[in-house]
Amino acid sequence: MQAIQLQWIDYTILIAYVAFVIGIGLALSRYMKTSADFLTSARSIPTWVTGLAFISANLGALELVGMAASGAKYGISTAHFYWVGAIPAMIFLAVFMMPFYYGSKARSVPEYLKMRFDERVRALNSVAFAVMTIFASGISMNALAKLLHALLGWDYNFALFVSSGVVLLYVLKGGLTSAIYTEVLQFFMIVLGFAPVVYLGLKDVGGWHTMTTSLQTVATNPAAIYLKDAGTTYAPNAWTSAWQPVLAGPTHNPMGVDWFAMIFGLGFVLSFGYWCTNFLVVQRAMAAKNMTAARNTPLVAAVPKMFFPFLVIVPGMIAAALTTLPDKGYRIPPPVIAQANYDKAIADVKNANSADAIKIISDDLGIKVDAGKITSLVAANAASKLTDTQIQQGLYNSVAENDYDGVILSLVKKYCPAGLLGLALTALLASFMSGMAGNVTAFNTVFTYDIYQAYFAKGKSDAHYMWMGKVITVVGILLSIGAAYFASMYNNCMDIIQLVFGFVNAPLFATFLLGMFWKRTTATGAFVGLFCGIGSSALFHALTIAQGNMPGIKGGYLKVVSTFPSEMAQNFWLAAFAFIACFALTLVISLATARTKSDADLKGLVYSLTPKIVDNNAPIYQRPAVVGVVLLIVCIILNLIFW
Amino acid sequence: MGLDIRWPIGLMFTLIGALLAVFGLAKGAESVSLGININLVWGAVLLVFGVLMLLGAIKGGKTPPSA
Repeated sequence: MQAIQLQWIDYTILIAYVAFVIGIGLALSRYMKTSADFLTSARSIPTWVTGLAFISANLGALELVGMAASGAKYGISTAHFYWVGAIPAMIFLAVFMMPFYYGSKARSVPEYLKMRFDERVRALNSVAFAVMTIFASGISMNALAKLLHALLGWDYNFALFVSSGVVLLYVLKGGLTSAIYTEVLQFFMIVLGFAPVVYLGLKDVGGWHTMTTSLQTVATNPAAIYLKDAGTTYAPNAWTSAWQPVLAGPTHNPMGVDWFAMIFGLGFVLSFGYWCTNFLVVQRAMAAKNMTAARNTPLVAAVPKMFFPFLVIVPGMIAAALTTLPDKGYRIPPPVIAQANYDKAIADVKNANSADAIKIISDDLGIKVDAGKITSLVAANAASKLTDTQIQQGLYNSVAENDYDGVILSLVKKYCPAGLLGLALTALLASFMSGMAGNVTAFNTVFTYDIYQAYFAKGKSDAHYMWMGKVITVVGILLSIGAAYFASMYNNCMDIIQLVFGFVNAPLFATFLLGMFWKRTTATGAFVGLFCGIGSSALFHALTIAQGNMPGIKGGYLKVVSTFPSEMAQNFWLAAFAFIACFALTLVISLATARTKSDADLKGLVYSLTPKIVDNNAPIYQRPAVVGVVLLIVCIILNLIFW
Repeated sequence: MGLDIRWPIGLMFTLIGALLAVFGLAKGAESVSLGININLVWGAVLLVFGVLMLLGAIKGGKTPPSA
């Protein structure tokens, strides 16, 4: 694919955006007086702002790119990551868990764990979280810099340093408040930047109805657009129904998952583990100005979250549908191939005369090709000489592999004229910055309060912690840049690191659930349960494998006890297994060990020992329980519409 | 905090919206996608959004909304 050329109007939009986010940081810097102002916003922000920031911090560039990719690969079922994998957990956080996070006056999730249990649990959680945020930020930065390099021809280092420099500037000046405020701006930027692309895509494909009809063709023969191996076939609704293919069983849906793994593994364990315990998002709600605002934060966030599939997944579905319509001249982009390889292949198309021409051309490109398409390309060239550009286009269309991560940008490129193009690319950059700022502000708070203040420098002045918070912001960004380079050099190591994070996160929600709702849970029970839960997920991974994978980093390296139809199913089941292990162990050990905290110590930290919040005075639309139920109903209706 | 976020959001989208719309008007031929002058149309949408945000900020005074 050729690099996109930006015009002055595109750069102007980009620069205007950068100027505004930096301006917000500068405008807020005079309010940064204490470490609490800088690291926790001193609990001063209105609900709609924390709510939109809550969702924006989660909406990183990887999500935009990845959800469009999954939309093409799996269709509307991808929306389960929203309707099953997010909304119920967000409502649960708002109604049941925020009272403890906010009411306990903890400044971070690890600090809550220290209040509820002891230092060991906090240390385990804070160190794991700190390392995780740095790598998460690095992985996403690497992906974005690569993307900008491939599509705009920008230098990798330039893309990396400029975007992290901007984030550093506004976070350093305005702290968490600045991150939250810019996240709101970024939220609107992302929505308003991508909405026209979705609209134009839908219009081009011929409307929603034509899109679903085309996707039925995809479902019955996904190999035609290289989505699956030849011979794989699904019911016509596999890409357009969210539930029926999943209920029909793992061989009947492109994700290869069963309903139990989907509901328990994704919908309960992974989803609640992320939304209810990850400080990155919870921090936004903790910055709210009062308890009602804190509890309503995830509910405000749930509204756009519920409709995001139409913004981020539908583009992938459009791409798959367009690929089946020959007159549209579009295909899901193939992996990027160097021009030198294309040149070699073009020469060989011209000289093709032997029977093994297909193999030669495939070797030139270094990729699997569609034999039929190459044969007709060679024949067409023999009949009437084609130009090099035409041959290259033919080769491009013959590559029998897809680079799903390129989907969203290929649509942007196809539909956006100069001007709108700048807006869409700015939206992409905004999503990247919001994700990175989210990671950095969560990292600096946890590091300063839960690692530095807790273990290295107790009882220093507030000015000292404020200074440390700023220093660690710079260090955090530098470490993320380091992690990005590491990711670009050692892809395999990154896979291992992400795998380990999966192990660490899977059992976490069991610890919170028991800790918050059962006063008998002891610190030793929580610590050992969590530790063994992590161990059990590693063990589960070592003993299982997904179909088509070789034993090794993908699992099954000790012994293959069980085989799953897909990696996604393996992940969901792993989470379910780790949760149950952690839950059972924490329960048993808690019963076997003596309590170290009295009922009085646990007041405000455990459900049964905390006075219930009575919201009868609040207007009905501000009562979390009422709003939560309404949102749940809307979510169920969405599921039924796309049943 | 003392800054109402609706100010910067409103200002930015008003600015970008106006810019896009003017660009769409001036360079109609380069702004068309699928037969629509998308820069003009979407610029206008952004402009309206930006102005609404600014109106909210002006009406709300210096204090953030109490919701």
